[in-house]
Amino acid sequence: MNRTLMDLWVGIFVVAGLGAILVLALRVGNASATFDVSDTYTVYGDFENIGGLKVRAPVKSAGVVVGRVANIQLNAQTYKARATLAIDKRYQFPADTSAAILTAGLLGEQYIGFDAGGDTANLEQGSVLQITQSAIVLEKLISQFLYNKAAEGSGGDK
Amino acid sequence: MLKPLLSGFSHIGRQVIDGTWRLGYATRFFLLVLLRSGLSFTRFGLVVRKVYFSGVLSLIIIIVSGLFVGMVLGLQGYETLVRYGSAEALGTLVALSLVRELGPVVSALLFASRAGSAITAEIGLMKATEQLSAMEVMAVDPIARVVGPHFWGAVISMPLLASLFSAVGVFGGYLIGVVLIGVDDGAFWSQMQAAVDFRHDILNGIIKSAVFGVAVAAIATFEGYDAPPTAEGVSGATTRTVVTSALAILALDFVLTAFMFTGQ
Amino acid sequence: MPGDHLVDIRNLEFAYGARKILTGINMTMERGQVVAIMGGSGCGKTTLLKLISGMLRPTSGEVLVNGEAVHRMDTDGLARHRRKLGVLFQFGALFTDLSVFDNVAFPLREHTDLPEELIRDLVLLKLHSVGLRGAHALMPHQLSGGMARRVALARAIALDPGLVLFDEPFTGLDPISLTVTGNLIRRLTDTLGLTSVVVTHDVAESLKIVDRVFFVADGRIAASGTPDEVRHTTDDFVHQFIYGEEDGPMRFHFPGGSMQADFGLGRGRA
Repeated sequence: MNRTLMDLWVGIFVVAGLGAILVLALRVGNASATFDVSDTYTVYGDFENIGGLKVRAPVKSAGVVVGRVANIQLNAQTYKARATLAIDKRYQFPADTSAAILTAGLLGEQYIGFDAGGDTANLEQGSVLQITQSAIVLEKLISQFLYNKAAEGSGGDK
Repeated sequence: MLKPLLSGFSHIGRQVIDGTWRLGYATRFFLLVLLRSGLSFTRFGLVVRKVYFSGVLSLIIIIVSGLFVGMVLGLQGYETLVRYGSAEALGTLVALSLVRELGPVVSALLFASRAGSAITAEIGLMKATEQLSAMEVMAVDPIARVVGPHFWGAVISMPLLASLFSAVGVFGGYLIGVVLIGVDDGAFWSQMQAAVDFRHDILNGIIKSAVFGVAVAAIATFEGYDAPPTAEGVSGATTRTVVTSALAILALDFVLTAFMFTGQ
Repeated sequence: MPGDHLVDIRNLEFAYGARKILTGINMTMERGQVVAIMGGSGCGKTTLLKLISGMLRPTSGEVLVNGEAVHRMDTDGLARHRRKLGVLFQFGALFTDLSVFDNVAFPLREHTDLPEELIRDLVLLKLHSVGLRGAHALMPHQLSGGMARRVALARAIALDPGLVLFDEPFTGLDPISLTVTGNLIRRLTDTLGLTSVVVTHDVAESLKIVDRVFFVADGRIAASGTPDEVRHTTDDFVHQFIYGEEDGPMRFHFPGGSMQADFGLGRGRA
């Protein structure tokens, strides 16, 4: 069988198609930032309330993505949410690092923010974060605010 | 009084039996194609010809449509997002809708009407002009020699075309959103990259398009092979390919989406 | 001598479901002859060809080619049988996406491992024998009906078969192409030592070239003989067919109810 012009076209087509997948992966998606499972270590954080946190949400420290939420489950004994976090092995954190569920912008997605502590020992595979701060639930915040206002108002009357 | 009612019932019954019969026949045909595809892989040149036939010849329509769909998404998305002051999320909106849904689905619909109908017409005409019979009496299996390469050519082409569609579409959204309207360049890309996951979004989109490719290829080759060997028979089969493929694509899309993108 | 019978059909019966097409067919075809099967449209001539090539299986009876029972062959046996068989379809059935050269080379490439130079020589040789060596680079849509038929003939004899079946080779040809095709069938049969079976309803052309004629009517053999015998036949049906008369045993009117009943005559309804 001889090489024909058609083969060239098919070649161009296949290269273009694979190129498109590559563009999607690197430029559109976050394949460059997706961690390999083998390159992470797992730590746990227990939260009173995770709000709208989802699996695969980023874990950030000083705004840099350092890991992802791998799993979220309810602990049936304590009735707290236990988030399993896969952290990139390149980043080590002191054992007394605190984790907070934050929101990117007013309506943005929720993520976990790490605030490094001062301990000399580092977090290890399977460590549990000691200091956690739950998500801010807007409804609670508003009702608290209204309640306070109402209390102030009634106090002023007297 | 009762007679028209009864004949109506028996008509429906006949249709159901006919449909079931045809479905069974189609399933047997599909399995036969898979079983006898060995030749398609030992002589890959045959498949390459059909990749040209269904893939390369669909390139223009896929790229042009992808660009326009992306541009429309950019316009419409911006109009809506800007009201909530989050025009930066435009990249996310364009990319997610393309990669998850519009890319695989629209390109599969276009593929069915461009390449699927051409496959049906070609196989149907080969049957009508006795080319398939000629092959058979030359002791060459038409399913292995003609249908198999057509099938695999389409299956290979479909994911590549869908990826091209999505990539070009994202570029179209970028053109409108960033170049024309002036959404911030960095925010457009970084928000997109933060929201689009490779495995969860892009890979699932490619899997979707591969499933659609198998469906369109199976329907198109079957309709061609099963077409009555006349001019009307072939034209009817071509129409049926487009209609059945479109329904199959949309139904499969629902099922796959339910599997892939919910429960998290 | 029975060994000279290349094709031997015994008590053949064939039906599509409940519809009987052929009943009680007995025919033998001798090696090296051109045999014509004639009959009106839809009488089951083409079905006979499909039975001989093994594309259909008889309801009962036997089809023997070269002493082997075609209807009892498995897939491998059928493939072997068909490699020694050439079939020319009604309009040639050339592969429209392949050139004339590639069409003729198709069976060689599928069934042999010959080097490309040898295939080239063989293909040009076959095309030369049908007078179309110069047309090897053309595509099928550039050929006239007669040329397409000759290319298909070259393809059918590419693997040097012993038996060649022709399905209506004369349909839709102008008088010159018709004579050319007819003479070609005769000449190739003689020079290549083939046996040819021609299904046709072209009486004038086929009587010029064949050794033996079978007439099929109503799913059975109505008459048979050499061209001279059938020209001077006393059989009404054969006479009607050969001389193309409107009325005879074959009626102009399709059988139906009486005229009176269909037109509502004689019932005083007008």
